[in-house]
Amino acid sequence: MVRVRVGRGRLFVPTVSVGGYAPRVIFAFLALAAIALMILSQTQPRVIETMRTGIADAAGPVFDLFSRPAMTVADGLDELDAMLVVHTRNERLRHDNTQLRKWQAVAKQLAHENDALRDLLKAVPDPQAHFVTARVVADSAGPFVHMVLVNAGRSHGVRDGQAVVNHRGLVGRVLEAGEHTARVLLLTDLNSRVPVIVEASRDRAILTGDNGPSPRLAFLAADARVKPGDWIVTSGEGGMFPPALAVGIVSSAGEGRATVRPFVVWDRLGYVTILDYVIPGVLPEPRRTGRAGNLR
Amino acid sequence: MKSIWAHRVSRVLSGSIPLVVTLLLVIASALPWHLPLFVEVTPALAVAAVFYWTINRPDCLPLAATFCIGLLQDLLTGTPPGMTALMLLAVQGFVASQRTFFHGKPFLVVWWGFALVMPAAGLMSWGVASAYFQAIVPPLPIVVQAVLTILFFPVLVAFFNRVGALIAHPAG
Repeated sequence: MVRVRVGRGRLFVPTVSVGGYAPRVIFAFLALAAIALMILSQTQPRVIETMRTGIADAAGPVFDLFSRPAMTVADGLDELDAMLVVHTRNERLRHDNTQLRKWQAVAKQLAHENDALRDLLKAVPDPQAHFVTARVVADSAGPFVHMVLVNAGRSHGVRDGQAVVNHRGLVGRVLEAGEHTARVLLLTDLNSRVPVIVEASRDRAILTGDNGPSPRLAFLAADARVKPGDWIVTSGEGGMFPPALAVGIVSSAGEGRATVRPFVVWDRLGYVTILDYVIPGVLPEPRRTGRAGNLR
Repeated sequence: MKSIWAHRVSRVLSGSIPLVVTLLLVIASALPWHLPLFVEVTPALAVAAVFYWTINRPDCLPLAATFCIGLLQDLLTGTPPGMTALMLLAVQGFVASQRTFFHGKPFLVVWWGFALVMPAAGLMSWGVASAYFQAIVPPLPIVVQAVLTILFFPVLVAFFNRVGALIAHPAG
């Protein structure tokens, strides 16, 4: 049986008893300080945000360093998993590849047709989105908030509110951009709100996170024709997110309510892309440096 | 003279081990491990650490240190600032008051004690977070975290025991 031991030896004889008058005063003072900080962050959010981004920037290199072995462990487990199912996966990929080639042909044809129709209509082109790719260095993974810390910040052109995606779809948005790091609010977080559209029926809604794996569609019209399996994409309303970013698939739907399973696989969130979406002429374009690329 | 100086340094260094270990656990729990079990919820490693050290080494983990660790975790993970600090302080305060009961008891008794403290700490955080966000925070992930941490506790205690032995014999 394992026993909780008390360290022996002359150096470490417990000398301070936690009781008495002084510790109680300290306890009360610290508890009040904690409560005061929470109230301060509600009334003066800027002060706490500055503290948070400062800590994140300072801890960024530490997380950057420590997250590499963590990522190696994850990659190793992935490799092991891949080796176990290599045959079946190969077969599936062969099948997918054939399907995708057909889709590629269809997509090319549609792109040409789209270009021709745009020319005919003299349609206003969608604004360009610049992007920055960053690595996830810390993951809050708590029951209270769903956020990640990425190793790109204001010095790379990242700004508060920018959309964050990966190869599967929408991840969330930048909540606080520090100098070299940024905190990303995932779309499953309790405080996440994303204007979306049901692709098939064009019904509009607000995707609302609840800290669970399946955010729900709020403000959905009572007569909305939503059914499980429908695709959900961003609507672009509000100008924060580019339109038509893949978000997820409807997992369950009832009368005027539905839940969505995001496309993003949260335990595989290694690299993310931060989109700098600017509607030309509406907002001044921020200065960009470093790794910023260009995306159409 | 030199031996007194060396004695003091080793005393300070080994005395800071519980604090450093708890700090490292806070950082470790914020790393992106990409493990399926850790996706939704990471075990509350800091709660287990504060529980253990308050029973075994109350001299090595002052209240101010616990407050700073909790606040650091809040600032790193984005939880309401002060929430974890308050919860860890409450855990430390309660365990310190019951220390004579837990101290030197068989592991199963300590584990049982932790199995009572952890859900209470989760409930308290849930209340604070719900008040802070002015919304009912879904309780299921908190239950999962509490269960996960309780299951993880023996592993952590085995680790802490090893580290505790290091403190007791700094000279090796």
